[in-house]
Amino acid sequence: MKKLSARRRHPLAAVVVLLLALAATGGLYAAFAPADKAQADETAQSLAIDEGKKLYAVGCASCHGTGGQGTSDGPSLVGVGAAAVDFQVGTGRMPAQQPGAQVPRKKVIYNQAQIDQLAAYVASLGAGPSVPNDKQYNPEGADIGKGGELFRSNCAQCHNFTGEGGALTHGKFAPTLEDVDPKHIYEAMQTGPQNMPSFPDTTMPEKEKKDIIAYLDAVNGDKTASPGGLKLGGLGPVSEGLFAWIFGLGALIAVAVWVAARTAKAKKS
Amino acid sequence: MSSQDIPEENLPSEQDAAGHTLQKTADDPFADPGLPPHEHRVQDIDERAAKSSERTVALLFTISMLATVGFIASYVAFPVEKIVYIWPLGHISALNFALGVTLGIALFCIGAGAVHWARTLMSDVEIADERHAIEAEPEVKAKVMADFAAGAEESGFGRRKLIRNTMFGAMALVPLSGVVLLRDLGPLPEDKLRHTRWAKGKMLVNMNTHEPLRPADVAVGSLTFAMPEGMSEHDHDFQTEIAKAALMIVRIQPDDIKDKRELEWSHEGIVAYSKICTHVGCPISLYEQQTHHALCPCHQSTFDLSDGARVIFGPAGHALPQLRIGVNEEGYLEALGDFEEPVGPAFWERG
Amino acid sequence: MSDNASNTRKAPAGERVADWADGRLGIYSLAKANMRKIFPDHWSFMLGEICLYSFIIIILTGVYLTLFFHPSMNEVEYAGSYVPLQGQLMSEAFNSTMHISFEVRGGLLIRQIHHWAALIFVAAMLVHMMRVFFTGAFRKPREVNWLFGFLLLVLGMFTGFTGYSLPDDLLSGTGVRFMQGAVLSVPIVGTYLSMFLFGGEFPGGDFVARFYSVHILLLPGIMMGLLVAHLILVFYHKHTQFAGPGRTNKNVVGMPLLPVYMAKAGGFFFLVFGVISVVAAIATINPIWAIGPYRPDQVSTGAQPDWYMGFSEGLIRVMPGWEINLWGHTLVLGVFIPLVIFPLVLAAIAVYPFIESWVTGDKREHHILDRPRNAPTRTAFGVAWLTWYSVLLVGGGNDLWATHFHLSINSITWFVRIAFFVAPVLAFVITKRICLGLQRRDKEKVLHGRESGIIKRLPHGEFIEVHEPLNQEQLHTLTAHEQYKPLELGPEVDENGVARKLPRSEKLRAKLSKGYYGEDNQIPKPTAEEYKEITSGHGHH
Repeated sequence: MKKLSARRRHPLAAVVVLLLALAATGGLYAAFAPADKAQADETAQSLAIDEGKKLYAVGCASCHGTGGQGTSDGPSLVGVGAAAVDFQVGTGRMPAQQPGAQVPRKKVIYNQAQIDQLAAYVASLGAGPSVPNDKQYNPEGADIGKGGELFRSNCAQCHNFTGEGGALTHGKFAPTLEDVDPKHIYEAMQTGPQNMPSFPDTTMPEKEKKDIIAYLDAVNGDKTASPGGLKLGGLGPVSEGLFAWIFGLGALIAVAVWVAARTAKAKKS
Repeated sequence: MSSQDIPEENLPSEQDAAGHTLQKTADDPFADPGLPPHEHRVQDIDERAAKSSERTVALLFTISMLATVGFIASYVAFPVEKIVYIWPLGHISALNFALGVTLGIALFCIGAGAVHWARTLMSDVEIADERHAIEAEPEVKAKVMADFAAGAEESGFGRRKLIRNTMFGAMALVPLSGVVLLRDLGPLPEDKLRHTRWAKGKMLVNMNTHEPLRPADVAVGSLTFAMPEGMSEHDHDFQTEIAKAALMIVRIQPDDIKDKRELEWSHEGIVAYSKICTHVGCPISLYEQQTHHALCPCHQSTFDLSDGARVIFGPAGHALPQLRIGVNEEGYLEALGDFEEPVGPAFWERG
Repeated sequence: MSDNASNTRKAPAGERVADWADGRLGIYSLAKANMRKIFPDHWSFMLGEICLYSFIIIILTGVYLTLFFHPSMNEVEYAGSYVPLQGQLMSEAFNSTMHISFEVRGGLLIRQIHHWAALIFVAAMLVHMMRVFFTGAFRKPREVNWLFGFLLLVLGMFTGFTGYSLPDDLLSGTGVRFMQGAVLSVPIVGTYLSMFLFGGEFPGGDFVARFYSVHILLLPGIMMGLLVAHLILVFYHKHTQFAGPGRTNKNVVGMPLLPVYMAKAGGFFFLVFGVISVVAAIATINPIWAIGPYRPDQVSTGAQPDWYMGFSEGLIRVMPGWEINLWGHTLVLGVFIPLVIFPLVLAAIAVYPFIESWVTGDKREHHILDRPRNAPTRTAFGVAWLTWYSVLLVGGGNDLWATHFHLSINSITWFVRIAFFVAPVLAFVITKRICLGLQRRDKEKVLHGRESGIIKRLPHGEFIEVHEPLNQEQLHTLTAHEQYKPLELGPEVDENGVARKLPRSEKLRAKLSKGYYGEDNQIPKPTAEEYKEITSGHGHH
């Protein structure tokens, strides 16, 4: 309760209310607008930028500067592109809540329409990678085997064999890739959020990104089989060792106690 | 440890600590009361309980038989590739699960039956068995010593020193043949660890696309891995060559590069470092693009790629070797020579 | 053999077979000595059996795996049924392991039983060794058997490591690379050793085949020999037992081998096998398909060895990167020091029995086990060693600690660096105090009886807790342990006033002895006089 009431008085509370209102507007607009496509596109674009700018001014400007030029609290957003915004806001990392080694994935605050508006605004500040479309990241038909090799070459060193995540220096970490939307994985590779290096199309073409997404989907998806049984977190020998000690040896010692225990004696009366 | 006095010293001292209580049982409250009388189990006095135990044991053995039948049935019934969802294990192989569980039950029930049988139906009267000293009696020892002396005397081993010494010599030398035979286990090191496949003019080939890299391909903050042109995964020595030649390419704003030589050896901020950790050789590539730190996932050696890849944390002893790169006439990145120092873990001759 | 003999009364045919065998093998004398051999009952005495049985299980399943495994590093393209690896290049070793896991029916199960049993085998050996350590079962006449057991542990670790490396997957390959880097750090001969071990440069094309013969023949062969010797000595020495009524240093009290222990120990084999089978049915181990084939330029985070090598991983992770370059040579201390400490950690516990027997100067046989509290210094040393070992294990998994507890990997590394020196000392001091406290409590219990939990109100209003006096069996059990007196060096000057010359080793011994058995280092056990005075003096409640 304390937390809730504290949050209610948070400076961003008003923003959230405003955002909800905007969301409703945006949603309505999205529902009714696309009548005349060719003409509407441009208008829609500039409208989105305008809306995005408003959102930006309340939610982002305090750290990234009023024009996205960056401050001591946040990097410049000029040229990061729409993909970066879609990733950062779409995974809940932005707006950041508290300072720390790294901004973690959180509950998403904005809805997709607002995220698109924000992305449109930030993209207007300087050219950068745009948000990928479904065709780019949909893993269907991609080469899973090649994706695996690419994943082990480029990604596993930080994210582990099957994308379970891992540690970096000074409390930073490579997050788990479980339940991450393929679009966000694509965007992360393209833009290199936070300390992650980027893997731009020039060195890792679109098709290869797709292969990687397909591989991840195959080895760390909802339906991924683990033929041998419990995955034990997919972390390798440490969790296996713990399991062997606790459940293997533990069970055997329990059995040993039974084997060696004295049989109950007949009650003397 | 003179052998003669041990038994003597042993016998009295046996008595002094725990033993002396036995002497004066009458007035010692801590005296050993001896083995407690045997108490009967239910099964010892009640035949019905014993029968019930018998039935339990037989039931366990029967379950085991059924489980073995189940094992064979699962082997035949489940296709090896069949995956089923079993809570809370997840999507697992039906065959592996069925075989393991039935085998486990079949074995466990045999064991449980045998133990239950032993615990409830076999006699549980505790028996005391005497221990005997491990050491031989003095007479035995004396006999052995005398026999040995006689044998040694008869062999003339002590007297005929020539025989003894040459025999020792022969025995000492003969294993050398075995050692010599190990020579061909591998080649001599020579300068193998000092060279890689990199050489002047070799283009940097992107390991993802297998295309040579252009400077424009490498964005600031990106991470790329490269191998020398002319190598292919299908080469029979690919593994051994890539173990030394693997390259990590990052681009840093030239202003951010602190090390002068690093800047000189780079191309417009594109720097190429060996991917092989100088600690024990793991491929090190956990590159943090904001801090320019590269971390080794094996032992956490951390290198600052903006400062000559010097070690800033962890067990590595020296910086990652940098490859000098430039651009060839067609505009592709190329090596300007091999690494100037050996890549990978340090060794005695490295210097 | 003994089966035949036991049937003599019932089955004349069996008796004739036994007679035949006896005339050639002398089985009757053997059976006479062993058939009704007594084994005391205690759960902790079965830990060694867990080791024995898991070893047998490993051999059985290992033989099965050799029928399908190809110890070759020739590169092949994967064409098996696991889609995410199709078309990938891999060694035949990896390919055949994939085949065992995905195409051979039951192959995956046997592979998992083999690997789980290996982890449990080494864990059980460590626990078994700790049981022997904390109860003082290593004392004369069992020191040699202690060493046999220790060698089995060390060989078990290396057999495990070579086996872990065989599938040639990305994880184990990283482990082999680490080993090669460590070998390179050896001064003067490092590069030669590495070249000879790998048939050239790393990884080359030989190590899987070489590790294979070491893993399936050389090391298990030696282990088998040691194991048989270990068991023969257990039979020969007869098992130790805890103090208790009727249990003395000159007897062994328990159930006979035939039939009770035959059934219990034989049954326990099946129980162990059954439990490990179920573990292998429900939990996956070393899923090489998810890990992928080895490439020296690829790696995954969380690269760890199996748990029993974890402490060496910890050593290497927390070592500072010292390197000395002199006269054109490099001394790689950052790797070589951990390589030297690695055997020393193990040796520290292995040599302890000899240090203790030197300090006590006790040449008698000991068949009654100590309760850990009654040997506070030994117990404290053991706990300190375990703490040391565990600190290193934590260091070996520092990256996973970091991600799972949201800590900085650098702080954990620093913690381990400091704890490596500090934690064992703390553990020693704390354990010793706990032991002495427990000794005091035992003394209280002997003298004043057991706290019954019943509160009584005395006529004048005072509340007291009723203490129940112990019976004689309990009194005996709690006072049966021996207490050494600290070693006296005698006067520093002899009768003529001349200073006596004492060897330094004797002075050290006296000092250690005082640390073991001096005034504040053990609680004198209650004497009969004390007991009588209290029980008769002011009566009991």
